Amino acid sequence: MPHESATAWRWRLFSAQAAAFVLIAFIALAAFSALLLAAGRSPLKAYVDTLVYVFGNAYGFSELLVRMTPLLLTAIAVALPARIGLINVGGEGQLYMGAWLATAGELALQDQSAFVLLPALTVLGFLGGGLWALVPAIMRALRLVNETISTLLLNYVAPLIIGFFIFGPWRSPESSSYPQSPAFVDAARLPTLFHSRLHAGLIYALVCLLLYWLTISFTRFGLDMRATGGNPEAARRLGIPVFRYILAVMFVGGGMAGLAGMAEVAAIQGRLVSQLSPGYGFIGFLVAWLAGTKAGGILAMSFLFAVLSSIGDMLQITQDLPFAVINILMAGILFIVLGRRPMGSAAK
Amino acid sequence: MNGALLAGVLASSIWSGTSLLYATLGEIVGERGGIVNLGLEGIMLIGAATGFAATAVTGDPYIGLAAAALSGSIANLGFAYLVVGRRANQLASGLAFMFFGFGLSALVGRPFVGAPIVGLPKLELFDPANVTSRLVNYDILVYLGPPIAVLVWWLLFHTRWGLWLRAVGESPASALAAGIRPAALQYQALAVAGILGGIGGAHLSLSLTLTWAEGMTDGRGFIAIALVIFAKWNPLWAIAGAFLFGAAESLQLQLQAVGADVSPFLMNMIPYLLTLLVLTLWGFRRQVAAPAALGRTFFGAE
Repeated sequence: MPHESATAWRWRLFSAQAAAFVLIAFIALAAFSALLLAAGRSPLKAYVDTLVYVFGNAYGFSELLVRMTPLLLTAIAVALPARIGLINVGGEGQLYMGAWLATAGELALQDQSAFVLLPALTVLGFLGGGLWALVPAIMRALRLVNETISTLLLNYVAPLIIGFFIFGPWRSPESSSYPQSPAFVDAARLPTLFHSRLHAGLIYALVCLLLYWLTISFTRFGLDMRATGGNPEAARRLGIPVFRYILAVMFVGGGMAGLAGMAEVAAIQGRLVSQLSPGYGFIGFLVAWLAGTKAGGILAMSFLFAVLSSIGDMLQITQDLPFAVINILMAGILFIVLGRRPMGSAAK
Repeated sequence: MNGALLAGVLASSIWSGTSLLYATLGEIVGERGGIVNLGLEGIMLIGAATGFAATAVTGDPYIGLAAAALSGSIANLGFAYLVVGRRANQLASGLAFMFFGFGLSALVGRPFVGAPIVGLPKLELFDPANVTSRLVNYDILVYLGPPIAVLVWWLLFHTRWGLWLRAVGESPASALAAGIRPAALQYQALAVAGILGGIGGAHLSLSLTLTWAEGMTDGRGFIAIALVIFAKWNPLWAIAGAFLFGAAESLQLQLQAVGADVSPFLMNMIPYLLTLLVLTLWGFRRQVAAPAALGRTFFGAE
């Protein structure tokens, strides 16, 4: 095509990619269906149930966006460090620690007004996840421990800290059978939107995604990060402070996952509980990886994986399967994408 | 710490370290061939679930063990197809297998939640009437663990196959030039790794807990990956590492048994924190022991 404009070319590339991805998703869905049939379940019923529930009325759709909120944030938590070649698989633990510090703040400041409490909880949620991610970041920056393995290991520690507090010092006196923290005061609850469970966390997530896109696309930091991800040694010689960048992207990334945890306790649960997340941190990793760390991709993939999570919910509610079964489908999509072409550096 | 407690900790650390030993040995074999498998956690889960399911159905824990070894091996060959056959990124493929193993084991194990099984029998080599010698009556996997570690060591360092595999792990291009086919060796190594990983998972469900629970490996696959670094890719050092971490795990159970007032949540953190501590200490020394081509995708000799 001789005189094709850049916009038209980009659009054609985008639609080709989108079409290829839809095909991949359908192949994975077909394989997953075969597995469900072999297990004596009805995949078609699960898919129809999900579509009817999610797209059938406004409430179902709002629940989908509720699901999407932590995925957006945990995906940014993976994508930002990935810009400089770091693999943060610790979103799950960072989410729990954000929830933990936000709860600590609520317990300390509960007689304050919402004007104090909500900003404080937001900052504390961010700090909780960020500081938790700073531990592997420092070990990585000092070249002691690879961040992939340390972030994975810390995922197992964070829920134990939560368990210690809700079984011990923070245990609500009202509920003796089910350990949890006391309910948050009303002023500490994130505002909900449109009379649904949809909450201000979604606005946080979209603002964070916008800031992420602006940072990587239009600032010097974005350019520095791209240089560092491409070749850390060359970046160092160019005078880019690689050490500081490692700490910064992990701290901010962990903070994003921490915000997701804060929103879970301050909006959805209204208290700290042991089962905060059905693996949002891990699903966020898949989202970020499949999105190639692009902001638009994160938005689209978060939406898709929220739909897939809803299929997992349906299987759990109506077909007596554990939610974790949906991991097979999610991994299947990644298998095909990974096997389709060599992507040695695609995580960067 | 009194004598009975010490004996109890030692005996149960060998018992609970066994699954880590098999998993670590498997990972060492793969990594010697230049392949990091972060999906070990998933392979262990698949082994634990299929081993438990096959035992519950047949009533024979040895059939369960064979099923676990087979399923672990098949799953790991799937991983091998991605990273060797399709030359996909090893870290991402490994994590994909972690998700896959988590989901597949949940599906396989679902009908057997709460099922009663007869686990791997304890071989009564020592007088079961005596309280102290009863502690060292283990199942067959415990007794076979260290000999298998020696076998893997012999295989890697004293056979032609081991030499070839290590050559592939150091430099696939040189190995290819010497007439070795890197891909074939990596497939073989990962099949062996899958057998060992599956057995490692099965020891948890068939001997340690005698139940199936979703995600029951609790990160042992990742601890095993860290143990490979601790052991400097040497199967003999893996024995020491696995039993050290077994001790960290069993200390909690033993302290609870004697009624010590320590939060189980804090005690449960010990294996993970110990792993991070060991990795940090080892990080201060340059890791010359790592295979040179570890984690790199081989696209053929340029």
